[in-house]
Amino acid sequence: MYAQMVQSEATEEDPAKLGEFQAKIDADIKIEPKDWMPQGYRKTLIRQIGQHAHSEIVGQLPEANWITRAPTLERKAILLAKVQDEAGHGLYLYCAAETLGVSRDEITEMLLDGRMKYSSIFNYPTLTWADVGAVGWLVDGAAIMNQVPLQRTSYGPYSRAMIRICKEESFHQRQGYDAIRKMAEGTAEQRRMAQDALNRFWYPSLMMFGPSDKDSVHSAQSMAWKIKMNTNDELRQKFVDQTVPQAEYLGLTIPDPQLKWNEDRGHYDFSEPDWAEFFDVIKGNGPCNVDRLAARNKAWDDGQWVRDGLLAHAKKKRAGKVAAE
Amino acid sequence: MKNEWPLWEVFIRGQHGMSHRHVGSLHAPDAEMAIKNARDVYTRRNEGVSIWVVEANNISASSPSDKGPLYEPSESKVYRHPTFFDIPDDVGAM
Ligand SMILES: [Fe+2]
Ligand SMILES: [Fe+2]
Ligand SMILES: [Fe+2]
Repeated sequence: MYAQMVQSEATEEDPAKLGEFQAKIDADIKIEPKDWMPQGYRKTLIRQIGQHAHSEIVGQLPEANWITRAPTLERKAILLAKVQDEAGHGLYLYCAAETLGVSRDEITEMLLDGRMKYSSIFNYPTLTWADVGAVGWLVDGAAIMNQVPLQRTSYGPYSRAMIRICKEESFHQRQGYDAIRKMAEGTAEQRRMAQDALNRFWYPSLMMFGPSDKDSVHSAQSMAWKIKMNTNDELRQKFVDQTVPQAEYLGLTIPDPQLKWNEDRGHYDFSEPDWAEFFDVIKGNGPCNVDRLAARNKAWDDGQWVRDGLLAHAKKKRAGKVAAE
Repeated sequence: MKNEWPLWEVFIRGQHGMSHRHVGSLHAPDAEMAIKNARDVYTRRNEGVSIWVVEANNISASSPSDKGPLYEPSESKVYRHPTFFDIPDDVGAM
């Protein structure tokens, strides 16, 4: 998902303590920063929350690409507000990660030099205005699927960040659906753009949930720790079931000839995304990986003098205050 | 020189999973005593599972007279609320 393929860390610790810890989790008692926790739990969470935070931050780029070119002032204000929310989501999550003992700069640098990942979805470009609608509808839609159950995750600060984020996500998805609906109900050319956006974002959205369960080796430990609440395939199925009627309402076609309602299962059958493409994008070879990381690195480097300047100013003010006392 | 104990603001986590919430304040000579006192003053009926104390003079607060400039700008951003967008009933909850 926003955190795809997060490896669970093995844990070697006092079995009695581990037992107590697991009993707490099984009883749905939240783990808080000062509580004892296995090293593996801590490391896996830093990786997962960090990857989630990085995704919120990098995820601003494809949408920000259209802020200055939004078709109306109203759409521009809406998109600006949406992207601003994503920055906030990144900050809530970085703070949650920091409670686990990693510093903000450390975790940022791990994104910038490629040691940490962000969701594969943000390595695809937004080529037209219809893509902005598709991103809100499909990408935020898929994110919500994953984030709603994570509100119940075992780590207190993560759970509370998720609760805040989920409150804001409904606006994101609805503005996206509203935008693409305008296109789908518009001229022939606008319809074509809406369909084209769906065609390009459908499979990358399905990839957001991570590899198929049969290839997802790290799930069991994370599920026992309740830092992963559902399997990848469960969430992917839920997303497809929810999204198909929404596409039908727009008169758009899901780009999957195998897509079919399965009466017996009570779910849609659908084609898996191209997993070779997914692993390739994760490795850094997606259409926008290089641009995204370059943009984040530039923002970080260009901001250095601002961070330094404000800190120097604060120090000076503090010194002045001490002298006056 | 005054020899008064400093004021501490007290925050209690009422239940597992919830945020700490401000419940009040008290005087104490140091943080350790402040937590002990907070236990006695604010959690006599099982009101909490965790206590935070912060020395009151370490808290910076926004000024009440800034209320307008701080919060009015968000009043005009009606589109930040999901209900701003009409979503057809047929497509399910969103
Ligand atoms: Fe977000
Ligand atoms: Fe979002
Ligand atoms: Fe998100």
